[in-house]
Amino acid sequence: MRLIDGFRQPRAAAALTAELAELGTALGARQVKLMEVCGSHTMAIARHGLKDLLPPNVRLVSGPGCPVCVTDPGYVDAALAIAERGAAVATFGDMLRVPGSRGSLADARADGADVRVFYSPVQVLDWAAADRGRPWVVLAVGFETTAAPLAALALEIRRRGCDNVTLLTATKTVPPALDALVTDPALSIDGFLCPAHVSAIIGARAYLPYAEEHGRACVVAGFEPLDVLDGVRALLTQLLRGEPRVDNRYERVVRWDGNPAAQRAIARVFRTVDAPWRGLGVIPGSGLALADDLSDLDASLRFELPVTPGRVNPACRCGDVLKGVIDPEGCRLFGAPCTPDRPFGPCMVSSEGSCAAAWRYRRSTQ
Amino acid sequence: MSRITLAHGGGGRASRHLIEHEIAHRFASGPLEGLPDAATLSAPCTGLVFSTDSFVVQPLEFPGGNIGHLAVHGTVNDVAVAGGRPLWLSLGLILEEGLPLELLRRVLDAVAAAARACDVQIVTGDTKVVPRGQCDGMYLNTAGVGAVLPTLALDRRRLAVGDRVLVSGTLGDHGMAVMCAREGFELANAPRSDTGPVHRLVMAAAACGDGIRFMRDPTRGGLAAVLDEIVDGLAVGVRLDEGHLPFSAPARAVAELLGVDLLHVASEGRVMAVCSPEVAPEVLHAWRALPEGHGAMDVGEVVAEPASVTLATLAGGRRIVDVPLGELLPRIC
Repeated sequence: MRLIDGFRQPRAAAALTAELAELGTALGARQVKLMEVCGSHTMAIARHGLKDLLPPNVRLVSGPGCPVCVTDPGYVDAALAIAERGAAVATFGDMLRVPGSRGSLADARADGADVRVFYSPVQVLDWAAADRGRPWVVLAVGFETTAAPLAALALEIRRRGCDNVTLLTATKTVPPALDALVTDPALSIDGFLCPAHVSAIIGARAYLPYAEEHGRACVVAGFEPLDVLDGVRALLTQLLRGEPRVDNRYERVVRWDGNPAAQRAIARVFRTVDAPWRGLGVIPGSGLALADDLSDLDASLRFELPVTPGRVNPACRCGDVLKGVIDPEGCRLFGAPCTPDRPFGPCMVSSEGSCAAAWRYRRSTQ
Repeated sequence: MSRITLAHGGGGRASRHLIEHEIAHRFASGPLEGLPDAATLSAPCTGLVFSTDSFVVQPLEFPGGNIGHLAVHGTVNDVAVAGGRPLWLSLGLILEEGLPLELLRRVLDAVAAAARACDVQIVTGDTKVVPRGQCDGMYLNTAGVGAVLPTLALDRRRLAVGDRVLVSGTLGDHGMAVMCAREGFELANAPRSDTGPVHRLVMAAAACGDGIRFMRDPTRGGLAAVLDEIVDGLAVGVRLDEGHLPFSAPARAVAELLGVDLLHVASEGRVMAVCSPEVAPEVLHAWRALPEGHGAMDVGEVVAEPASVTLATLAGGRRIVDVPLGELLPRIC
């Protein structure tokens, strides 16, 4: 618990908050917009009430770093179609309530589909080994953090010869999405609170182009309250000095070069493809599909079921929320009719979604 | 005979043998003697509290207890927090064909031991056996009757600004213990269920008079769900203080790992009381003098914010304490 309690100390938080206030004053009339890229940061900020502690001229907006939130409804539709064909569908819990064009996996389960929730993807190998007569499909949704264990899963499927297990991939990488954000002239983000877990895989080095070529402040920070406050302090300090750089403040987990073994596994198992991001459109080179020599593990090929774009309610402004253009409360659907019980988009149901965070932790403290 | 068979539910010799030799003898004599169809009882008071609960927990055994302990504590605690002194329980058993007899014995021993510890009598019961696949090992139902404690006037509408919110010990241990056992997590320091009776805590609080506004046991949905129900429609709300919330180290470790908020997780041996600031120290003192209340804490206060439950965080911020949506789901990262 040392790594938790040590990063939640009230006195240290109060001292950091006072420092942030001074930095805010030093910024003068300048309005600063910082983006926390990662959904776990969004949730941590809301869960610890950290927005209350920022200077009034510093705004934290949420980015596209919630893998469930950027998954196209067409993907959920494909998973449902596979379940209807009698396969057991195994998923992380986050995906269960995400709406597709015609209902969610939770709805399908209530109607009799076999939908299982795993904590670790390798659990599926045991389930499938005990049920060899039936196809098992793993919903492979996530960023680099998840791509690494999914890569391990694919290699283990091959090693054990589990020919009844396949993957339906919607795995994505974060840097191409950041490229899209920094080159969008409509967005004016001064600095990025870079993801923590993703950075453990790809390394802090991955953010160099955003600092050096695009002049954005970049700080890798952890998920505890003191980590986030310290990260914001480091971002404001960079902005005040006018020296954008990559500052790794999460050295207890993230190395400059990341995790080479995980990077090798990802490179071995996946190939890069263009991928649709819900609300953001197709981002070139942002998707991970199975490598050609592992294509027999691809569920969409095995079931001859290509994933096609799904139907999104045009009033749902997930895209603008994911780009930090509006806060969740700025969407006309937020709170009524869109709630976690009746979500219009995944941002309202994912445990890392910005709309879910706003609904769960902030709705009446505004 | 090592397993339950359909013959045990057939009403014939096997049924009688099971009931007489495995079940009834564990619960002493009294109203069960001679196995009448119904218990005939004399109430020692005029006001009665009556409650029922069904138990379908999986797995049937977990660190800290089994379904038998839960079946007694669950109903005893419901009667207690409604302001009753628990007296009698019924026990309904629905057994799945193939259930190992040894497991049934362990569960029944737990029922008997828990009932003795709570000073309640099992006065009537029923046993059914269903074919394999029609239930998950065993389901239990208990109904409980208690005598109204005259000193308590529990009513959530009596909450007033400045009242204190007390809990009798660490929160969420039961839910995390069951989750770890169900998912087969192998942990060196695994959470243990807190399943246990709260009636002595309730009676200790009752001795503090009408400064006690309301009590509940934070089971399914945890403290968050209980508080949300309590303030619903009221002109006041509750503000919890994160620095004072008691959590055990094993439960916290697992909750942090899985992204679960322990305020959403069930306890089965805790009670939450809202009381006037004047009696709060007295209640805490009385609770801490009991083994089941040694971890009692003052965790928050009633504030003038209509129907809201918020948390003052350690970091110095504020946030809503939301109500859990439904099942607790593991997250991606």
